[in-house]
Amino acid sequence: MTETAQTPARVLVNAPKTAKRGDVIEIKTLVSHIMETGFRHDTSGNLVPRNIITRFECRYDGAVIFAADFSPAIAANPFLTFFTVATVSGPLEFSWTGDNGFATTHQAMLTVA
Amino acid sequence: MMRKAAILAAMLVTALAVPALAGEIAPQDRKSGYTGMSAENRAMQDDDTINPATLWVLDGEALWSAKAGAANQSCAGCHGDAAVSMKGVSARYPAFDDASRAPVDIEQRINLCRTRHQNATPLPPESRDLVALSAFIGRQSRGLPIATPDDPRLKPFLARGKALYTQRQGQINLSCAQCHDDNWGRNLAGNIVPQGHPNGYPLYRLEWQSVGTLQRRLRNCLTGIRAEPYAYNAPDYVALELYLRQRAAGMLVETPAVRP
Ligand code: HEC
Ligand code: HEC
Repeated sequence: MTETAQTPARVLVNAPKTAKRGDVIEIKTLVSHIMETGFRHDTSGNLVPRNIITRFECRYDGAVIFAADFSPAIAANPFLTFFTVATVSGPLEFSWTGDNGFATTHQAMLTVA
Repeated sequence: MMRKAAILAAMLVTALAVPALAGEIAPQDRKSGYTGMSAENRAMQDDDTINPATLWVLDGEALWSAKAGAANQSCAGCHGDAAVSMKGVSARYPAFDDASRAPVDIEQRINLCRTRHQNATPLPPESRDLVALSAFIGRQSRGLPIATPDDPRLKPFLARGKALYTQRQGQINLSCAQCHDDNWGRNLAGNIVPQGHPNGYPLYRLEWQSVGTLQRRLRNCLTGIRAEPYAYNAPDYVALELYLRQRAAGMLVETPAVRP
């Protein structure tokens, strides 16, 4: 997990450690982020600048198997759940990037028997 | 906001039209706010890996071991493993603090350790670090029954809490009891009025998009009836918290829960 000066982001990933070849596996990810829309005003009437995650990617054994572009309408602490088919043993690599140089990664190993 | 107020006003009329008030809830009829939630929200609370409040609990765990203040001491340095030393602690707060000669809630207790034992500045109300520490400590009581201490010194504060709970307040002129004792289970502006139990706090409220304390929730209810919310840490909050805790005695702690 990397942390940026701007946003120390905590990540929570729930993915199986092992699976049988051909299994459909569910992956759940949660990341700490305020997702400031850029449309709100503070108490002095100034526009609060947009500060959101703009992209999420999940790579499985090097190949992107799931990606999402985020918009300001996404709630804080974005939660994603998606499925893939277990094919080979390999790393699951997750990355979140966004405004103000936000970048966080997480890695998990999947062993396929 | 306007629409909510209008519905609140309509509800006031309904409340007045109800002749017999239900009064205090019998112990066997008590229900956690959890029971009135959608299946999706319950699923979110049930699974730590998808409950956003877990992010705060993990922050709290890190803070527990971080040295702070002029004393350069961590919470763990004195209290050791929180799973042991903090088990059941949140379940019996607010508790009487000798030096303050008053009850303190769990967030205030954390700040007392910051000032008394760490020589550090108190964490601001509702700040991420304070809420994270409170969520982490509260997590150690999950599944345990709420047990307000049987301390005679708490009596006047409990009485104050009960008086506040039953007193009509705000421009809408409703008491806590009118909603949470007399009208729980009914609809209000698309929400189900819960019985108003404190067993999930601090919790992740979807409307807040964040974890917040019981005081924050009480502020929401006060502004809901268009009463001026007390300042954070006002003794009246602690009195109300104390009364809510006693009213929920024996109910199981869900911290950190999820609420809409
Ligand atoms: C007009 C009705 C109304 C009044 C009066 C009211 N509340 Fe509430 N309260 C609600 C509703 C509705 C909710 C549920 C939150 C939501 O969805 O907005 C709630 C939630 C709560 C909760 C959280 C319960 C949970 O499961 O998390 C507590 C605690 C609470 N109220 C306490 C109080 C106290 C104390 C007062 C008096 C100061 C009060 N309320 C006054 C309507 C009311
Ligand atoms: C130098 C030692 C020391 C440090 C550091 C310390 N505490 Fe304490 N803590 C105490 C003592 C002693 C008590 C008992 C009450 C008192 O004397 O203030 C206590 C009581 C408590 C209680 C109430 C326990 C109960 O059973 O009622 C909580 C909660 C608590 N501390 C949390 C924390 C947290 C959170 C931190 C870090 C932010 C912390 N403490 C740091 C010494 C310490």
